[in-house]
Amino acid sequence: MTNLTTTYLGLTLKNPLVPSSSPFTKKLDTAKQLEDAGAGAIIMHSLFEEEVTAHQKVFASHLADNSFGFAEMDNFLPEPTDYEDVTSQYLKTLTELKSALDIPVIASINGIGSGEWLSVAKDIQQAGANALEVNLYSVPSDTDKTSSEIEKKYLQIVNALKAETTLPLTFKLSDQFSSPGNFVKQLEAAGANGVSLFNRFYQPDVDLDTGQVYPSLNLSNKYEYLRALHWIALLYNQTGLSLGATGGVHNSATVLKLIGSGANVVHTTSALLSTGPSTLTQWQTEIEQWLEEQELELEDFRGRYSMQQLRDPAVFERVNYYQNLQLYRR
Amino acid sequence: MNIPNPITVDGNEAVARIAHQTSDILAIYPITPASPMGEIADLYSSLQQKNLWGVIPSIVEMQSEAGAAGVLHGALQGGAISSTFTSSQGLLLMIPNLYKIAGELTPCVIHVATRSVATHALSIFCDHSDVMAARATGWGIWFSNSVQQAQDGALLCQMFSLKSRIPFIHAFDGFRTSHEISKIDGITREQAAELFPWAEAAAHRARAMQPEQPEVRGTSQNPDVFFQSRERINPIYQNSPAIFTECLAQFERVTGRSYQPFEYFGAADAQRVVIAMGSSIGAIRETVQQLNNAGEKVGMIAVHLYLPFLSEPFIEALPDTTRSIAVLDRTKEPGAQAEPLMLDISLALVKAGKANIEISHGRYGLSSKELTPAMVTALFREMSHSVLNGFTLGINDDLTNLSVDYDSAIHCQRPPGTHQSVFYGLGADGTVSANKNTIKIIGELTDQFVQGYFEYDSKKSGAVTVSHLRFSPEPIHSSYLIEPDSADFVSCHQFNLLDKYDVLNKAKHGATLLINAPFEAENVWLSLPYRTRNQIASKGCRLYAIDAYKLARELGLGRRINTIMQACYFRLSGVLPEQTALDKMKEYTTKTYQRAGTEILKANHDAIDRALERLHQIPVNCEEAEPEQRPDLQTGNTIIDQVVLRAMRGQGNLIPVSQLPLDGSYPTGTARFEKRNLTDRIPVWEPDLCTQCGKCVYVCPHAVIRSKLIAEDSASNAPASFKQQPAKSKAYGAGWLMSYQVSPEDCTGCELCVDACPITDKQNPDRKAINMADKQPLLAQEIDNWEYFLQIPAVEAHQVKTSTISGSSLVDPLFEFSGACSGCGETPYISLITRLFGNRMLIANATGCSSIYGGNLPTTPYTKNTRGEGPAWNNSLFEDNAEFALGLRLSADQNNIRARSLLSELAAQLPDQLVDSLLNNPQQTDQQLEQQRLSIIELKQLLSTIEQPEATDLGSVAQYLQKKSIWGIGGDGWAYDIGFGGLDHVLASGKNVNLLVLDTEVYSNTGGQMSKATPTGAIAKFAAGGRSRLKKDLFAHAMAYEDVYVAQVAFGAKDTQTLNAIIEAENYPGTSLIIAYSPCIAHGIDLKNNLHQQQLAVSSGHWPLLRYNPAATANGSNPLKVDYKKPIISIRDYMETEARFSLLKRTHPEAAEQLATLAQEYAWHRFNHYSALANLPAENNSSEEA
Repeated sequence: MTNLTTTYLGLTLKNPLVPSSSPFTKKLDTAKQLEDAGAGAIIMHSLFEEEVTAHQKVFASHLADNSFGFAEMDNFLPEPTDYEDVTSQYLKTLTELKSALDIPVIASINGIGSGEWLSVAKDIQQAGANALEVNLYSVPSDTDKTSSEIEKKYLQIVNALKAETTLPLTFKLSDQFSSPGNFVKQLEAAGANGVSLFNRFYQPDVDLDTGQVYPSLNLSNKYEYLRALHWIALLYNQTGLSLGATGGVHNSATVLKLIGSGANVVHTTSALLSTGPSTLTQWQTEIEQWLEEQELELEDFRGRYSMQQLRDPAVFERVNYYQNLQLYRR
Repeated sequence: MNIPNPITVDGNEAVARIAHQTSDILAIYPITPASPMGEIADLYSSLQQKNLWGVIPSIVEMQSEAGAAGVLHGALQGGAISSTFTSSQGLLLMIPNLYKIAGELTPCVIHVATRSVATHALSIFCDHSDVMAARATGWGIWFSNSVQQAQDGALLCQMFSLKSRIPFIHAFDGFRTSHEISKIDGITREQAAELFPWAEAAAHRARAMQPEQPEVRGTSQNPDVFFQSRERINPIYQNSPAIFTECLAQFERVTGRSYQPFEYFGAADAQRVVIAMGSSIGAIRETVQQLNNAGEKVGMIAVHLYLPFLSEPFIEALPDTTRSIAVLDRTKEPGAQAEPLMLDISLALVKAGKANIEISHGRYGLSSKELTPAMVTALFREMSHSVLNGFTLGINDDLTNLSVDYDSAIHCQRPPGTHQSVFYGLGADGTVSANKNTIKIIGELTDQFVQGYFEYDSKKSGAVTVSHLRFSPEPIHSSYLIEPDSADFVSCHQFNLLDKYDVLNKAKHGATLLINAPFEAENVWLSLPYRTRNQIASKGCRLYAIDAYKLARELGLGRRINTIMQACYFRLSGVLPEQTALDKMKEYTTKTYQRAGTEILKANHDAIDRALERLHQIPVNCEEAEPEQRPDLQTGNTIIDQVVLRAMRGQGNLIPVSQLPLDGSYPTGTARFEKRNLTDRIPVWEPDLCTQCGKCVYVCPHAVIRSKLIAEDSASNAPASFKQQPAKSKAYGAGWLMSYQVSPEDCTGCELCVDACPITDKQNPDRKAINMADKQPLLAQEIDNWEYFLQIPAVEAHQVKTSTISGSSLVDPLFEFSGACSGCGETPYISLITRLFGNRMLIANATGCSSIYGGNLPTTPYTKNTRGEGPAWNNSLFEDNAEFALGLRLSADQNNIRARSLLSELAAQLPDQLVDSLLNNPQQTDQQLEQQRLSIIELKQLLSTIEQPEATDLGSVAQYLQKKSIWGIGGDGWAYDIGFGGLDHVLASGKNVNLLVLDTEVYSNTGGQMSKATPTGAIAKFAAGGRSRLKKDLFAHAMAYEDVYVAQVAFGAKDTQTLNAIIEAENYPGTSLIIAYSPCIAHGIDLKNNLHQQQLAVSSGHWPLLRYNPAATANGSNPLKVDYKKPIISIRDYMETEARFSLLKRTHPEAAEQLATLAQEYAWHRFNHYSALANLPAENNSSEEA
């Protein structure tokens, strides 16, 4: 049997299939199904900064504003007696997952504030997480803000987290950086252990009938992996960080392409949501077969299609864009 | 004094603890001031707390007190030990079952926080008219007179009842006892278990209806045996005294506290004795002590066991030396020879051969009127030289001269070490909760006795609270507010209250005064009103100030100043060593805020430390001349001037009997005199951007923003700052200007007008056509502008197109400046209805929020147009509002029939055209309605010239020729629950009654209890674990009648749909029902987001917008219209935005998830279901003959 072992964030995984944050990784029973189906590790559902602070605000406001001083009533909502905040709920789930699963559990947080909420990293470590993925997701709607200011803010988060935890840290990035490679190097210098490429934006849409703007949420399509493939191929061996590929992974061929470009692990959500955890078993079998046919071990195969390994690295650079256009016009 | 098991609780909690421990089943229904007992019991059960026999009591909320009594009866017959809590009308609704339960000799206890029964007016405050109405039922009645006694009485009544088989009403005074916080000796679970009559409880269970021992009960009896059967129970009552005596002895043995049916206090050789029951005993006891200390010989008897009335113990309790007694009843029974306690006492004296004792009797304390030592002293003095029949205490009866005069300067001496503090604050600023916290800290850390009592406002926006705190090394008996010139410490947490209230009135000489003042320390003194400065100086007060709001803002605490002011109190009052108090405060703060995040917790801890840094002593400078006093407002209307305005100024207690309206009728249009100045920011209109859509006017909950058309040629005398612009609608023709104007002193600052404004400045997106701005710089000019605006003639409905938002907004609302919450989701509906139909409108208003902001004295927001017409309003009850509205309809119809008949009789003497017009005007449009109004005026003028009795008769009913618009208004508690039966019946009647349900999805007025309108997944009182059932679909129910107009609307989501629905409903000749979504603070939202929350509710499918118009079938259309689109956001996303849902996710995550799924399915189901119905082809009912 082909050896699919890979190393990610200093963790040895039995294979590179790591389901990303999704409803599957939120509950014990479905997480167990993923493990049984062959997942190498799981990324827990994300604890959102907004969720943590919103909960604190809701609770604080409930405490502060649930007293009205009217003759017939002093308050409206019943006082919550066994109130469990969102962080406690997350940590409780993490503890349960850790005790039930043999594979590594990577916790996940999502936010861009470098303030108090990051102290949760310490609690996550104490609850037994094997690593922490940090989803850096922001929409820089302030047009006066420069890209370097935004990057600086992200690096502050890295520093703040390093002060809270010794867990391996990986950062899930968007591809909307002026120089993604340079930012990855800055993350490495700041103490990150890995990056996951790329985040997906949930962009709002407009309802023409009502004039309302509403959030739209669509699953990834099977071509989205190309963004990750492109940048992982560029970054392979240019950085010591672990590389995770995410977005648009809908079949085992894509997994192989991403590994071949240099990814240590490949994340998937949409395919699992569409077809269920058993997909992982099927992919694992197909990957094993393909590598066997090629007479390769996974580690030997990794990075084979990276920019450094290719005879024609220009395919990953701007000239590739031009050539594609020419092809299209023909 | 050592208290073995000290607990600091209010009366409701003290009772609920015992009731929960000694019941299997608690059937409950919210009613002030008893609601907290049910809520506390529900909380205990939700915490899995068990009763004495190890079972978690089952709590069931019913649709009414009548329902609760039915459940109670059934539960008792099923063998469960069961109880309920109620008050006032609630007890009255239970009376039929009380007879049944007592007739069947079923042990049971009902805990009653006594409250006035509504007569000429509703009152939530205390008297004994409710309990006295139940005295013929056969139930025992035990009165507890303090918080300690309320706890003890709860258990004693259970003992009495189980042992004697006589059910008991356990009565204690609403608010004064139910809401007073006190440190008491708590009955431990072990003590309760020792005292609980286990054998009798088993006997009760054994008597349960069981198929294994079948019996028939509740039979229907005939003249042959009914009477004898009633007499058969006599031995139970005859034997009960021995049982009671045994119970009391047992209770004393276990707890050390002694009770007697009649408890005497005073001189052993007293000559004058006052007899009363309830909390007033405290004031009487203090007075007796003081008079005896001064050498007099007086006494008092506190009646605990009122029924069964035991003459013998009463006579034993009365000193043989008694020459004169005065019996005080806290109820009024018009037409009776005397009130009930007096009648029982006098008969007891006659039977004992003591008819020679002089008996005075009278009334006191109706609706929580204070009874003070000064009044009791006056009574004892009167008793020494006269006999008073039917006297009154505490009021000035200048009409029938029954009141006893008293010297208000008389106070009782307090034990050394007693401390009294008074705090003035707003309901929303946390003053009350801080004071409750203070009481707990002192109660916990010291051996002091503590007492906290809170005066609340009836207004919901800007509600003022006055907290009265007493601490003493001796037990506190003072059952009255802290009196003038008595407080050691006075704190004013809102600077503007110094102007409105005589805050210093309570301060004794040398008292400490703490003020939250929004000024630098050096500017505080001169910023104080002259009256305050003068009082500080003359009373020798020490003055301290802090800018608490500034500090709260700096710390990110918003407008919550409670922690800051509490820290200052502990420093200045000296009631505890400062550091001990502050450490304890931090401990409590940590307990409260740790789950809210470290930032908020730190801010509160910082507030404690930094408050003391910011606290300044202010030098007192008393060399100032008194400024000229502004004369009090006078309107020329006697009732308004003598009653309304005086009550508004806080002088209601001084109004003599003769000046009050005879039957409770008050003039409307009085809210405009209040000028409550609740906000420091007001909206400002920007004419350059405005499109004159009228949405800001439409959504304003307090009708403080108005629009008017102004004739161009009359606009020249406007103040310079008055804004107007050419009217944009072509409908008005040339020569018209438009103005939007805010009443700056009535605005509550809710910001809904700004939120509703659809126009933004393209150059500056932050600027809309209406924006909030600081009030102070604008105040003077905007007062002038408002005054000018009011002088501009208003348009009437017939002059504009009321079917548009902009057109209807031009008509003056006849509902303005209510005391509803800032941003209220209910009031815009009422305001709109009064614009459209107010001049010919009768309103039946169910008890609830809308009756409180609609009709709570001293003022009313209902008002009149310039012709003096406006809504006539009345509140019957909570449960009968639809029926009350139907009564108004039938009456108007009968009068219309009579008027038409008389008109026909007199037709020959009147112009044909006029008679024809009056009889045949369809009155469908605003213009036709106006024509009818003018015709009636013409008719009345002509009738005055006809000297015939019929002409006089017709003159008295001619106004009924005008179509009357009858509205039944109320909340979901009325429509879905307590009044549903009546509402259903009126829907079935087909009569032209319009029913408006202001659906807040909970009982808002009583504090957010679950109703059948409460949606799935929402927490509410009595549903702490989230409502698991689906919300009742009232729309579907009404639609099923097929001839009822029914609409479900949300003004903030689709304003035109609301407007159209209201117009269609009123035009529909049959019964109409409008179910109006009304965001409420009970949803756990900031009401400045009111409109947004309505949009989310509709967009998620939580609140479908629907109309069912039976009239549409006439033209072959489908009567159902689905006015909302397929949900575009998930129910979960909507639920996240309201604490009523989102808190459940934190407390019961699995249930929250399950219920959210259910709610989502229901939202889709309703959308699909109603869409399918609306898309059905209209029925063709015509048949073709073959």
